[in-house]
Amino acid sequence: MTISIDRQNENNKSLQPNGWLRYFSFSLDHKVIGIQYLVCGFLFYLIGGTLASAIRIELASPMSDFLPRDVYNQFLTLHGTIMIFLWIVPVVNGAFGNYLIPFYVGARDMAFPRLNAVAFWLIPPSGLMLIASYFVEGAAQSGWTAYPPLSITTPQSGQIIWIISVLLLGGSSIFGGINFIATIIKLRRPGLKLMQLPMYCWAMLGTSLLVVLSTPVLAGTLILLSFDIVAHTGFFNPVLGGNVVVYQHLFWFYSHPAVYIMVLPAFGLVSEILPVHSRKPLFGYTTMVFSIMGIVVLGLVVWAHHMFTSGTPPWMRLFFTIATSFIAVPTGIKFFNWVATLWGGKISVNSAMLFSCGFIINFVFGGITGVALAQVPFDIHVHDTYFVVAHFHYIVYGGTVFIIFSSIYHWFPKVTGKMLGEKLGILHFAITFIGFNLCFAPQHWLGLNGMPRRVAEYDPQFEFVNQISSIGALLMAISTIPFLVNIFLSVRNGKDSGDNPWNALTPEWLTSSPPPVENWEGDAPLVEEPYGYGDPFFDENKKI
Amino acid sequence: MTTLDSSKEIQKNKSEVGEHHEDFRMFGLVTFLIADGMTFAGFFAAYLTYKAVNPLPEGAIYELELPIPTLNTILLLVSSATFHKAGKALLKDKNSDSQRWLILTAFLGIIFLICQLFEYFHLPFGLTDNLFASTFYALTGFHGLHVTLGTLMILIISWQTRLNKGRITSKNMFPLEAVELYWHFVDGIWVILFIILYLL
Amino acid sequence: MLYKNIYLILIISCVFGISFWIGFNVNLLPAEASINAPIYDELFKILFIIGLIIFIGMSIAVIYSLFKFKRKKDEIGDGIALEGNLSLEIIWTLIPSIIVLIIGIYSYNIYDRMGGMKELNHSHEMISSNTEKIWAGISQASNKDIANINLSVEVSAMQFAFLFNYPKGEFVSGELHVPVDQKVSMRMESKDVIHAFWVPEFRIKQDIIPGQPTILNFTPTKVGKYPIICAELCGPYHGGMRASIIVEEESDYKDWFNKNKKTEVNL
Repeated sequence: MTISIDRQNENNKSLQPNGWLRYFSFSLDHKVIGIQYLVCGFLFYLIGGTLASAIRIELASPMSDFLPRDVYNQFLTLHGTIMIFLWIVPVVNGAFGNYLIPFYVGARDMAFPRLNAVAFWLIPPSGLMLIASYFVEGAAQSGWTAYPPLSITTPQSGQIIWIISVLLLGGSSIFGGINFIATIIKLRRPGLKLMQLPMYCWAMLGTSLLVVLSTPVLAGTLILLSFDIVAHTGFFNPVLGGNVVVYQHLFWFYSHPAVYIMVLPAFGLVSEILPVHSRKPLFGYTTMVFSIMGIVVLGLVVWAHHMFTSGTPPWMRLFFTIATSFIAVPTGIKFFNWVATLWGGKISVNSAMLFSCGFIINFVFGGITGVALAQVPFDIHVHDTYFVVAHFHYIVYGGTVFIIFSSIYHWFPKVTGKMLGEKLGILHFAITFIGFNLCFAPQHWLGLNGMPRRVAEYDPQFEFVNQISSIGALLMAISTIPFLVNIFLSVRNGKDSGDNPWNALTPEWLTSSPPPVENWEGDAPLVEEPYGYGDPFFDENKKI
Repeated sequence: MTTLDSSKEIQKNKSEVGEHHEDFRMFGLVTFLIADGMTFAGFFAAYLTYKAVNPLPEGAIYELELPIPTLNTILLLVSSATFHKAGKALLKDKNSDSQRWLILTAFLGIIFLICQLFEYFHLPFGLTDNLFASTFYALTGFHGLHVTLGTLMILIISWQTRLNKGRITSKNMFPLEAVELYWHFVDGIWVILFIILYLL
Repeated sequence: MLYKNIYLILIISCVFGISFWIGFNVNLLPAEASINAPIYDELFKILFIIGLIIFIGMSIAVIYSLFKFKRKKDEIGDGIALEGNLSLEIIWTLIPSIIVLIIGIYSYNIYDRMGGMKELNHSHEMISSNTEKIWAGISQASNKDIANINLSVEVSAMQFAFLFNYPKGEFVSGELHVPVDQKVSMRMESKDVIHAFWVPEFRIKQDIIPGQPTILNFTPTKVGKYPIICAELCGPYHGGMRASIIVEEESDYKDWFNKNKKTEVNL
């Protein structure tokens, strides 16, 4: 039976267009789907970034003078939703996951290629629908959290479109998650043990578990919310006897794990990149695996730390403080292990490496503010302020987006067979790193001193710091130019990379670049030591 | 190597791989059902929280009668058993027996849905009357949707199990097994739902 | 080997020194104007110093590695084949665990001193009945008994304003006037969507939720005018939803109160 299905796939593949046209087709090839995810996500990143620029222009002056107030709220809602659901989650899971996981497990495709294609093709329409809602009657304007009763009382059409598109994106994410779990657990090449898998597989396994366990809860919650909006039920409407805090619990039951859905794959990717460019084995493989699983388990029981000011009982605050603080332990282990991976290596300081190191520095900063935010008394002051805005941008931008760029520099030769320019890459890194820190570091101070988030106007005393932040945002916007030029130049007439420009040992490099349709000409290689770098004559007792 | 050779080679590899990973579709289905179960878990959690913290406003009506849902519980449990019988029969290549059991299962599902609708029409409260009424309809409605979907799938596979021409045989049990697992899942959800909504 | 250790100790003490210096000399917080504020700032200082040590330490380690272990031009070969070090891994599992545990216990202590763990009781005999479900808010540290509340205010929030109802004077004000050094208890309820009551100088915040009253107690310690900010997105004019809290000497407060009250009630 399996064989006959595969044969159908085979037929389908031969019917598909070749060349660049295949990226616009319902392709079942995991590599094509991965690239579709990446490019589609990047286009949405540009849109989300444009919205962010508009927000930063508005905030360059204390008055609400650039955008109408309701449009400002629509922009911040769209910015959050697009960046999370259409850029980071699809790219860091869908794009790299689809491209790399089949290589890593030694398969020729994902477990369910058709489901995979469906999962991708849910994304562009729902994204376009979300953006189109702005031109209909105004997009949703209750923030990406869509807290009722605000989401019930704001204009309905935008909110309903927002719900439908998030439901579709959630569905896409669940299909992707099922596919990854099945591929990693069931589709491994014979002889390949779980503890021999590259770290990214473990990260994706953990992420997919979180997706499968938590996304459906968000779906259910949004269905209830849509009932409240359309059918005038009262689940979350206090006027009709509903309870707004229940929504927050259900929402954060998904949306806190969503943070790990965004950063765990980045942890996996950086674990692939660092050993290759520092020519050293990944330090502490086993502890890395356990810390990923620890983060998964803890990640499911910390959601209420987003609700310390929502009238939660004291015992709940205490429990969630402790659980949240303890996430710092497995996360900390990973960071120490990465630094230990760098230590004593022969490091090629290239764009991929720089972005990865930038990630470590930014994320450590974001993690420290995160531990502080987990403490109830600390959080009570800074909750819903720019401190929180700065914190999560350090995590998702300084963390994940840095790794997305790092990964693009690392795997671009794999996908295209061409190298990216190093000079432009380093320029890209420098502008991004400076712009990012200039934009978000001052926001910690703003939050501590009394600037709430999601405001179009603020106390004039914060004007100067906000302008610094806006200049940082401008730099971040500019930073995409060298990146795009680099890609363009490289595709036009880049240097040929050869099959394995980094001399990497992970399985995806053990085939030609770009890889053939079925990944390998012959059998998939059995890679028992994906991180087997290092001087074989190294004597552990001699050095260190 | 010519393309023909390479594709043959791939096919050969695939058959090896295929033997090794025979049942991963079932694995995918189980994962999907876990996800689906989490949706219900979210609804249950919401309902239980409402029960714990939101008092029923004065004058609001929220009363449930036991007979119909008890009958429904029995119907679903029996239908799980009949589905199991259908699978057993197919395994022994008794396709027409299997088909009969499947049709009986679908019939039980349809009766369940009719009973559910009957209950809806005779309840003293409507969808938007109060919080608990809304939650009741949302939960049973979402479950009813699952039963409807399941019944349709059972009808389709019962057509496919027909002798000689059907695609589902003892050698290709997967569609039947998949729907069976789904059906047991829906059944299990109902039992939990019955306990939480009607008995608690 | 010996020199290596000396350098290491030197660097570590530098990191600690710089962190402590910054922690004690850089003030990132606004004025302290309530009993809660100094307690909060104490916690902030500790977290700030620990955070700085970790951040500076990690950054130095990363940047140092990039320079020290940089591949030289035309250099070939791999780094050392070090796959892990169990004792090192145990150390950096245990130390963060201990730090996190200490922070947790310490912040629990801080929270307790702020009154967060205390049973909430509210002195609104006139308005709240016993059956009403009060949702937790934050109570606050006070040397006095928790029941010893000097001023009770009913806060209602709506798009896009706060209204302060002084039940004892039966009047409603758009500004919150409170006497200095006296415990104030507020019962807050929203008329429409979720709002939040935030006074940065007091380091307190509590959501104002429709359908579920919340309670916030505080004691101002410094005379002055401070902003009340809505911190939960509540609609287009969310940014403009502000009010002022005016902390004044008791006599000034009484004058203001008597000027506004409608009926004669003994204070």
